[in-house]
Amino acid sequence: MANAIEAHGLRKRFGKATALDGLDLSVAAGEVHAFLGPNGAGKTTTIRILLGLLRKDGGDVSLLGGDPWRDATTLHRRLAYVPGDVTLWPSLTGGEIIDLLARLRDDSPAARQGELKRRQELIERFDLDPSKKARAYSKGNRQKVALIAALASDAELLVLDEPTSGLDPLMEAAFRDSVSAERRGGRTVLLSSHILSEAEALADRVTIIRSGRTVETGTLAELRHLTRTTVDAELDGPLSLDGLPGLHEVDAEGTRLRCEVDNAALNELLRRLTATGVRTLVSRPPTLEELFLRQYSDQSHDSERDRVTPAP
Amino acid sequence: MTTAMAERAPKLPVPKITGAFEGGPLTGAGALAKLALRRDRIMLPAWVYVVVIGVASNAYTFAKLYETASSRASLVASGESNPALLFLYGRLNGNSVGALTAWRYGVWGALFASLMSIFLVIRHTRGDEETGRLELIGSARVGRQAPLASAIAVAALANVVLTVLLGIVLPFLGLPAAGSLALALAIGTCGLAFAGVSAVAAQLTAGARPARGLALGALGVAFLARAVGDAAGASGPGWLTWVLPLGWTETLRPFGGERWWVLALPLALFVACVWLSFALAAGRDHGAGLFHDRPGRPAASEALRGPFTLAGRLQWPALAGWAAGYAVLFAVCGAAAKGINQLVGTSGGLTKEFTRIGGQAEILNAYLATLMLLAGLAAAAYGVSAVLRLHSEETSGRADPVLVGSVGRARWGMSHLVIALAGAAILLAVAGIATGLGYGLAAGGAGTETARMLGAGLAQLPATAVLIGVAALAFGAVPDGSVAVAWTAVGLAVLLAVFGPMLQLSHWVLDVSPFTDVPKLPLSGGVWGGRPPGPAAPGGTLAPVPLVWLGVVALALCAAGLAALRRRDIG
Repeated sequence: MANAIEAHGLRKRFGKATALDGLDLSVAAGEVHAFLGPNGAGKTTTIRILLGLLRKDGGDVSLLGGDPWRDATTLHRRLAYVPGDVTLWPSLTGGEIIDLLARLRDDSPAARQGELKRRQELIERFDLDPSKKARAYSKGNRQKVALIAALASDAELLVLDEPTSGLDPLMEAAFRDSVSAERRGGRTVLLSSHILSEAEALADRVTIIRSGRTVETGTLAELRHLTRTTVDAELDGPLSLDGLPGLHEVDAEGTRLRCEVDNAALNELLRRLTATGVRTLVSRPPTLEELFLRQYSDQSHDSERDRVTPAP
Repeated sequence: MTTAMAERAPKLPVPKITGAFEGGPLTGAGALAKLALRRDRIMLPAWVYVVVIGVASNAYTFAKLYETASSRASLVASGESNPALLFLYGRLNGNSVGALTAWRYGVWGALFASLMSIFLVIRHTRGDEETGRLELIGSARVGRQAPLASAIAVAALANVVLTVLLGIVLPFLGLPAAGSLALALAIGTCGLAFAGVSAVAAQLTAGARPARGLALGALGVAFLARAVGDAAGASGPGWLTWVLPLGWTETLRPFGGERWWVLALPLALFVACVWLSFALAAGRDHGAGLFHDRPGRPAASEALRGPFTLAGRLQWPALAGWAAGYAVLFAVCGAAAKGINQLVGTSGGLTKEFTRIGGQAEILNAYLATLMLLAGLAAAAYGVSAVLRLHSEETSGRADPVLVGSVGRARWGMSHLVIALAGAAILLAVAGIATGLGYGLAAGGAGTETARMLGAGLAQLPATAVLIGVAALAFGAVPDGSVAVAWTAVGLAVLLAVFGPMLQLSHWVLDVSPFTDVPKLPLSGGVWGGRPPGPAAPGGTLAPVPLVWLGVVALALCAAGLAALRRRDIG
């Protein structure tokens, strides 16, 4: 099946500022795809291009097999969107807005029937009072309104821009349950976030961007393959690490060792450890957090170098 | 060089202010006032500039145009006898250049100063509260009443600066110092009074929009009260000029034997309003109005299903408010037209002047035509604010969920544009019907009067629609500048319509305003307005061609705006 989202070399400038500088993103139909990056990396700009709100300056982009700018109105029938910063009409109630958003997307009787059924269940799951005026909602409650409207729809693609930023942990859990259910139901989800545990728990594949460019893309397993394992061990005696390649952040004190090791050098390290004698050993794959921080700091070192060299 | 030195210089210790400002409810008011001045560093001087330069430059042109007593005589005669002019500008207090200047620009200068105060105070109180900015500020070391106090202080400062500048500039134009000071104070204290009124309005509603509406409504009532009081004639309710702020700029009598004690009235109103606003603010929760929101419908009604019904739902409270205001205002003004009958024949000189400009029927028609012109200008202001709702929907992010639904951009743009156009048409119809009923019920012939005034009101629609079209095009093509462009266009139309004919501008300049091309209806001989200095406009024939042209231009502007909207980035 064709990819739900396909973008190559996407470019967008706002005046002098470059927001997207050749971004690539491909999301397969039926997967939950996490779209990660620090603040200002270009996540929201990409999403707004995908939604046909912004016009790309260069590159190719297709959404559900169509052109997101030209075919916006027809494509929007098939997608639902939760913005990062939800603003609602203050004089309307939450319930009215949920219904209105559904009808703006698809006003057919069939769509309405489906929406009605799920709406009530979601309102209960997210514990929302739908009779309150939007003026009185907190940030988290505004977010719930947008989430319920999106999840209650039968859209084949959900575009969620940092959807949990205002939710409390309980509601975040409800959100994760819902997204997992959506994946089982075969919906495609593009989930922009900087909450990495969320992406780790939900995503099939991940794209990491920085400064408007894609720096890493793949499944979590593929990304981990490129990275290190953290090892924490207590040994029978002192250990010599001389000549061992691929070690980082070494913290050896007496019989205790903490370090990070490139996966390619893991086997050699374990051989040394067992030769000395192991009392306790904890090894774990890097969290996305660590992956992300590393990716981020490496890149910023690069860009610092860039900045120094070409100065006139 | 100097900046580098300034950076190196040690920071001066901040002086400590004690009392209510330190730890009390006003803590941080000074800092907030500075912040407000920083945020309004363009807008505030612009308002002050417009009022000062508006009054001063017009006073200058006026002095040049009507240098001799004989050239002023006919202006004074029509000013004293023509209810349209009395309605618009107020009563004359003498025939000196100063008195004429105060007559022409006193009330309107005060009106603009009041608008400045209203926008300023609401923006920095309820406006910031609604957007949540005050919450951020309130969490810092800032007293409960500090935001309100600082907003009032900044508005007061702006009005003081305005008064001082006018008081300095006017004597330079050769006007007597005492009268200049009185005129400057009349304008400044009126602005001050409305700063107080806005401070109270900001406490009453939970939203900035209705709060601004309340304050603007109060200003409208004040204008209406004095207009009716002035135009109604000797037997009419002349006391109405005395009851509200805009009338006090007249009763102070600048250049006509100043009654200084009248200044106590706006100042007392200001003090009372400030006290009331602080009392109300102390007794309410942050973010709450006087009335609490009741729970609403847990699910949308069948009617709320698309962009048009959404736009209707969002815009209808404002339109209803405007329509109610229109109905009352024009019914009263229409009824006041009956007083014109009593005016005629009170003195030989006046009768002569009346005959010169066309007799009683013509005077009456000129007055009614003036009412319809004002209805058209105000309807344009409504229409522009309704179109600019698109802009606030876009910048607040509320346009996104609509456009991400299967709603095309042109359809979304049209949803609010249609409300603007239909709303303006409704307002003009209300103005016509209310005027006709008001006059007809008072003077007889309600049926025919209502029918003919309805036509006269709707004749303003094409010109009103042109200004709405300008706003639509501005929103489509230059969204960031759309608010400034659209309101400048409205301001220009008001200035040309209200002051253009008197200043004897060339018709090339006057033609910039679409309202110049609207035939004066009900048909009159061009007593007021029209194209000076030519002969009186030919009465009796109605040329529909300009109206058709204006309609075509308006539609073209709207279409161009929607086309531009389809091509640009959103948000």
